[in-house]
Amino acid sequence: MSTLLEMRTITKEFPGVKALDQVNLVVERGEIHAICGENGAGKSTLMKVLSGVYPAGTYDGEIHFEGALATFKNIRESEDQGIIIIHQELALVPELSIAENIFLGNETAKGGVINWHEANQHTEKLLAKVGLSEAPTTRIDSLGVGKQQLVEIAKALSKDVKLLILDEPTAALQENDSKKLLDLMLELKSQGVTSIIISHKLNEVGFVADTVTVIRDGMSVSTIDASNGVSEDEIVRDMVGRDMSDRYPAREPRAGEMLLEVENWNVWHPEHSERQVIKDISFNVRAGEVVGIAGLMGSGRTELAMSIFGKSYGRKISGTVKLHGTVADVSRVDRAIDAGLAYVTEDRKSLGLILDETIQFNTTLANLDGVSKAGVLNANSETKVAEEYREALKTRTPSVFQKVGNLSGGNQQKVVLAKWLFTGPEVLILDEPTRGIDVGAKYEIYSIINDLSADGKGVVMISSEMPELLGMCDRIYVMNEGALVGELAAKDASQERIMSLIVTE
Amino acid sequence: MDKHTNSVKAHLVAHMRDFGLLFALIAIMAIFQIATGGILLRPVNLTNLLLQNSYIIIMALGMLLVIVAGHIDLSVGSVMGFVGALAAVMIVSNDVPVPIAIAVCLVAGGIIGAAQGYFVAFWRIPPFIVTLAGMLVFRGLTLWLLEGQSIGPFPKEFQVLSTGFVPDIFPAAWGAGLAEMVGARKFNVLSLALGIVAAIGVVVMGVKKRSRDAEYGIDSEPNSLFWVRNVIVSGALVFLMFKLSTFRGVPNVLVTMAILIAIYAFITERTVIGRRIYALGGNEKAAKLSGIKTERLTFIAFVNMGVMAALAGLIFAARLNSATPKAGFALELDVIAAVFIGGASMSGGSGKIIGAVVGAFIMGVMNNGMSILGIGIDYQQVIKGLVLLAAVFFDVYNKQKQG
Repeated sequence: MSTLLEMRTITKEFPGVKALDQVNLVVERGEIHAICGENGAGKSTLMKVLSGVYPAGTYDGEIHFEGALATFKNIRESEDQGIIIIHQELALVPELSIAENIFLGNETAKGGVINWHEANQHTEKLLAKVGLSEAPTTRIDSLGVGKQQLVEIAKALSKDVKLLILDEPTAALQENDSKKLLDLMLELKSQGVTSIIISHKLNEVGFVADTVTVIRDGMSVSTIDASNGVSEDEIVRDMVGRDMSDRYPAREPRAGEMLLEVENWNVWHPEHSERQVIKDISFNVRAGEVVGIAGLMGSGRTELAMSIFGKSYGRKISGTVKLHGTVADVSRVDRAIDAGLAYVTEDRKSLGLILDETIQFNTTLANLDGVSKAGVLNANSETKVAEEYREALKTRTPSVFQKVGNLSGGNQQKVVLAKWLFTGPEVLILDEPTRGIDVGAKYEIYSIINDLSADGKGVVMISSEMPELLGMCDRIYVMNEGALVGELAAKDASQERIMSLIVTE
Repeated sequence: MDKHTNSVKAHLVAHMRDFGLLFALIAIMAIFQIATGGILLRPVNLTNLLLQNSYIIIMALGMLLVIVAGHIDLSVGSVMGFVGALAAVMIVSNDVPVPIAIAVCLVAGGIIGAAQGYFVAFWRIPPFIVTLAGMLVFRGLTLWLLEGQSIGPFPKEFQVLSTGFVPDIFPAAWGAGLAEMVGARKFNVLSLALGIVAAIGVVVMGVKKRSRDAEYGIDSEPNSLFWVRNVIVSGALVFLMFKLSTFRGVPNVLVTMAILIAIYAFITERTVIGRRIYALGGNEKAAKLSGIKTERLTFIAFVNMGVMAALAGLIFAARLNSATPKAGFALELDVIAAVFIGGASMSGGSGKIIGAVVGAFIMGVMNNGMSILGIGIDYQQVIKGLVLLAAVFFDVYNKQKQG
């Protein structure tokens, strides 16, 4: 094997922050190279340096690509050399077709007139390569996230890619879609494509990677040969800089009296009125219990939670919600909050927080009555409340007057939790509470969840990461296609049993 | 450089926008004061300046809420003209008593706002379209009401809304004495007294906020900067009120305006409903999922805008002493420009009342100054357009540099 890419002592400084400090990265031709690190460790910055988002001259150090010194001034130049990045946020135009997207900016045209026959034909070949059996004329917005990811890869292949970089490619994918994607990476590798994968998911890294480079606090900490398997604990240790034998804090189950009962819950799709999204679901949560809801993406977990929380999703909703055995009014969000429910959304940036506002602003937002008298806010008690939760949840920030947009994912999630805790809920529904959060912060969020259940609150935890559900929950409900297909006690549950419940339905 | 100047610099950079706005207003006033050979700050012109801009400022208060909520209202100029026409038809043509007519007009403004807000809030039709429709509808209705003619004049008791002055409550001898002291023909003691009270109020409130900030460890502005800013602001207040006192004293409109500015500043900064409007504009979905009734808030913002446009219409008609078909024409643009110059964001969620007021004054001083200089309406439009663009560019540039 020869070296395809070498990044030597890359240092990148922003005003006041050293984002990268003498980072080294060597990628051999034909390998899959994983880059691991906590959020904010500098992975994305490193890739931006590589692809020319930060042009040559704005950083120190050298990049050698295919043996030559590379000085990319913009993305275009790096793409011309065959370095292609697929970002976390997909860059497809939803209203256009697959073929239109693949050849966007690279159209097969003569004198400005596009030859659609050729484009569609070519697209079909590319789609076959990535194992996608959709017509080239299919609109992107009719595809799921998993398939969109494959289209992105097909687009990369259309450009004669030499180095394919995937930034958190499976973050939004379900287990089976992730598996497909990883298989495709291996397939491309056998065809000679070199790839870099940035990922939090260590089992995936172990599955595909030949080499792992760990970055911590802007420095390359270690490079591990993973071709013969790799110890996840070793990677985690390098990532967080300390041993973490236990990824989940210990908890003792102490289910108390019945708190929340949802009975015969039915919901129809808001636009397609004939589609039933939630089918006759009944479930319950006891005080002090952490109840998991497992299921694939699209199984209706989020829809279930949002429809219960103030009917924020769907129409023709029927069924009853009981708290402490009496029927509760959850027909509007404010009523659901008054009844004692809290819902921490899956997407904290677009649904959970007001990014331009301060921690204090966000903390009190769902319970302004708690810091006001006759509609007039009391600035002192607002600050007091925000400070209390900052300390209790160990939110790392210079002050509660920081904009939440400037915080890391883990700290943002703590602000969302603070907001909901301040409403004094009895039952918290947490939708993917640790998505996009690094390992250390995850542990802290888990500890908070345990503290809540120790306080006698009921917690419903929706998650795509099965190890997380198995590590945290006392009981797990399994959902598939809008219906409950099983309920497992913690001691009986395993990834295999959950999957088999989903598959056999 | 010592530590102190460093922190002053850092604070100035961090609050570039606020200080920039204040300095811009001062600089523009200084330029025109010199260019017009001192006419700009003459008592009679100052009074004029206030009267000319009162309706823009009043509408800017309502517009700020609408824009912070993430919307826009293009209809306010037409609504203002329509309400003026309505008042004229009632008072001049049909002898409806003035207080009743005023009440009816304000309610009518509220209903107009409600009608537009209904479509924006509950049917989610983009406000640009709804209020563009409203702009055409009410311009048309104004023409229809007035049958294309101007209607006037209004009775004295209506004109007082705009052209009246608050009577001096202090003994006439005090005024005569002061007039002699400063070499003026007459002197309104109340005006100067109000100026001094307002200046003291500004300083006291500033000190109070400052001590609270310190208590909570908030990064407060450096001492020297705080006092420089307060001396400028309170000094300007006393100076302006002193100038007014040597003419006819405090115009009624100034009192109306001051009260409204105080109320709206309070609403936006200190109340639950104000907070919720910022949340709505900042992230509607997150606000909704936090239990905020976003539709109702949007509706209320438009109702409020309607009432403010109606009030502006009444004041405008009272000032012109007649209702004309052209009243309020294209004025919505001045109002919107004032709010954006004042630092509000097009995408909603940010903007301050005081910013909108200063923004309106910047526009107003330029209008007034350029008119005194005899600059043609053609150049005036060009210059105002460029100032708007420059203000917003300054905002974006600053954000990028900080981000």
